[in-house]
Amino acid sequence: MADDETRAMLSVPVTEQDHVQGSPSAPVTLVEYGDYECPHCGRAYPIVKAVQAQLGRQLRFVFRNFPLGEAHPHAQHAAEAAEAAAAQGHFWEMHDALFEHQRALDDAHLVQYARAVGLDERRFTDALTSHEFTARVRRDFIGGVRSGVNGTPTFFINGVRYDDSWDVATLVSAVRAAIEAA
Amino acid sequence: MHSALRPGTPAPDFSLHSTPDQAVRLSEFRGRPVILAFYPADWSPVCGDQMALYNELLGEFKRFDAELLGVSVDGIWCHLAFAADRQFHFPLLADFEPKGAVARQYGVYREQDGTTERALFVIDADGVVRWSFVSPVGVNPGADGILRALETLAPEATHG
Repeated sequence: MADDETRAMLSVPVTEQDHVQGSPSAPVTLVEYGDYECPHCGRAYPIVKAVQAQLGRQLRFVFRNFPLGEAHPHAQHAAEAAEAAAAQGHFWEMHDALFEHQRALDDAHLVQYARAVGLDERRFTDALTSHEFTARVRRDFIGGVRSGVNGTPTFFINGVRYDDSWDVATLVSAVRAAIEAA
Repeated sequence: MHSALRPGTPAPDFSLHSTPDQAVRLSEFRGRPVILAFYPADWSPVCGDQMALYNELLGEFKRFDAELLGVSVDGIWCHLAFAADRQFHFPLLADFEPKGAVARQYGVYREQDGTTERALFVIDADGVVRWSFVSPVGVNPGADGILRALETLAPEATHG
């Protein structure tokens, strides 16, 4: 049991169900469990982009939902909105819009972002009101809990939880170390 | 150094206040598993994250018919303000007077700090400790260990 903290491993492998950016043949996969309303995740958002820019084809990035809905009242709906966008092939545009407007994530704004990224608005609102993606978001959440995600953002580098600081330089060197180890 | 109660030990019974006029007695939950989550202090960042995580998992714990009880040495008014601020939907118990008495019985009182360890106990339907874990004070232990312990108990719970 004492190993729980020292060797937290991603228990849900990356599959085609995931939202993935970057080359499938990249030697390193960075998985983030995040919450669109969490300010720390908001800070991590441009950092991940900078890390991706530096590492290019060597890095594959995966985002999974970990909304703390009691602490962040709009987080669950925002996560479902991103999934609804994914169903229309626009996950990453929505993901970016949500992080770029973290303080305005009420339903009216979600619809506005859906429109801005070019979604079929009717289909989008239907998905939200019928809770089409509630279970999907919950599945991400529970998978995170089982992998040792205790808060957000939590990163995994090639399946191993990353507990160090996630400023650009430290994260880039951790990914580089994983590339060498791969 | 702590000497947290080990699996197989009968969990000491206690009664602690959860509100100014309500006390919770451990033995009330006999017949169902109980998760006892000792944490050092209301409001401190790691505790808040840990309890916020458990708060999101109440539905998951319910699948095992398990009751979650948070315990710290903070007083009841502090607990009430903390729970209201964070929208917690489970009881926080005040191990306040005599201070840390229950934590001492479970072997998780920190004399040097006057707080409890960050310690988890899963107690089975018969009131026996079945899993315990003490995390470094600054580290959120998460919930995977709790869920695994509950899964281990589950077959018995369904027969019981």
